[in-house]
Amino acid sequence: MSILETIASHLERGEHDEVRALTETALAESIDAATVLDEGLIAGMQVVGEQFRKHEIFLPDVLMAAKAMNAGLEILEPHLSAADIKSQGKIVIGTVKGDLHDIGKNLVGIMLAGAGFDVIDLGKDVPPERFVDAAAESDANVIGMSALLTTTMPSMKTVVDLVKSRGLDGSVRTVIGGAPVTEEYANEIGADGYSFDAANAVECVKRLVEG
Amino acid sequence: MRSLLARIESGPIVIADGATGSLLIEHGLGPGAAPESLNLTRPGVLGEIAARYVEAGAEIVHTNTFGASPLKLAGHGLDAQTEEINHAAVLAVREAVETPVLRAACDATGDIYISGSVGPTGGTLVPYGDTEPDEVREGYERQISALVAAGVDALTIETMIDLAEAKLAVRAARNVSDSIPIMATMTFDILPRGVYTIMGNDVRTSVEELLDAGANVVGSNCGNGTESMVTIAEAFRAVTDAPLLFQPNAGLPRIEAGATVFDETPEQMAARASQFADLGVAVLGGCCGTTPDHIRALRDTLHP
Repeated sequence: MSILETIASHLERGEHDEVRALTETALAESIDAATVLDEGLIAGMQVVGEQFRKHEIFLPDVLMAAKAMNAGLEILEPHLSAADIKSQGKIVIGTVKGDLHDIGKNLVGIMLAGAGFDVIDLGKDVPPERFVDAAAESDANVIGMSALLTTTMPSMKTVVDLVKSRGLDGSVRTVIGGAPVTEEYANEIGADGYSFDAANAVECVKRLVEG
Repeated sequence: MRSLLARIESGPIVIADGATGSLLIEHGLGPGAAPESLNLTRPGVLGEIAARYVEAGAEIVHTNTFGASPLKLAGHGLDAQTEEINHAAVLAVREAVETPVLRAACDATGDIYISGSVGPTGGTLVPYGDTEPDEVREGYERQISALVAAGVDALTIETMIDLAEAKLAVRAARNVSDSIPIMATMTFDILPRGVYTIMGNDVRTSVEELLDAGANVVGSNCGNGTESMVTIAEAFRAVTDAPLLFQPNAGLPRIEAGATVFDETPEQMAARASQFADLGVAVLGGCCGTTPDHIRALRDTLHP
């Protein structure tokens, strides 16, 4: 097994110490940081996402894998900027107003950062205006919103409407997700995208950025 | 008044109340506001809701304290008022169920039990998240001390997805009182490999460890409509003789024109009530989307 495959398999098992150490080894062996990211960390996280989707593993395994991914990313980050990797785009993310559930949002943030996006995480209980202000100020391409409660989902529509009323709908796209959120709901409120899990969120944001 | 456990022991199946949140929204709770903030500002609404459930046949009514642990209240900047919020919730329900009209109605059904609702803190415990168990235990002890001091007849620790957190709540409750009846229910998914919480806890382990921590009644609430909840009840009965509590949703939530709707009618729910009774379930109530009409239908079917 190559060192990158070994990194991926440790990541799948949520072993962050091993992932951190092997990421350092890989860089010391002059493997390109972007390659370590793609073929080590992201490859491992994709397997984890797929296993979770198929109910083969449970949430704790995903959370431990995300921790391991973060450990590897910390090592890679200085080298990634040095290698002048072109950013995939900029995305503002957060859990909507009134909602304090951020497990899913955090996973999406880690996956997007891993995929090369500049992620601005506004945290949880984020008022609609803040999403739009942050996107406008930072020239973000995408706003990503998460909700676990059916009662807080309407706030997503407020953000989508705000983007339109401020004339940003040409430059800022919206994507939504979370346990009660559906594709039908995304269509109903006029969001540009919907994703059912963290790995799918990355694919969805890539599609939106590429236009 | 007999203890709830004695009432369970003597049978027949005890009927609990249904959802609170949807009725609070009907009464003007704004999106994203802490439902528990109403305990201080509009306690009369809580009494009204409790009265509607008792009139419909509920023998157990829950306090509006699901999110009233200090950890959860902190998200709304209300943690300093943990004691007042829990106390006010119990008082509002107590006043409502002790009015003469309702007492007269209750004489037909017997005693009315007020159970203090205790939900998840919203944090993820270490090592998966960064919430420390001590913080959770202390928070639950603070909330449950307030509920017990205000005179609840029982406690319902509910909608738990992490057995570790559920046990912290049950142990906290047992520390506060060694005699209060404790009901502990978790939210399960039916997967191809069996019945598990999203954190991976199976039914057998959950039952054993919750009872060991001091729970008197175990079971499941939320996450499933009545049909799936029957399947989960069967999984519980297969591994324990302990008293069981189930509170299914009125189906799964659906968004229609911006509003949350639950499709399961009172008649559909009542049609499956006898399956819980046949399994010897101790308590049956409702979770999200259920209304006084659902509870009335359960009563008419189970206690004709």
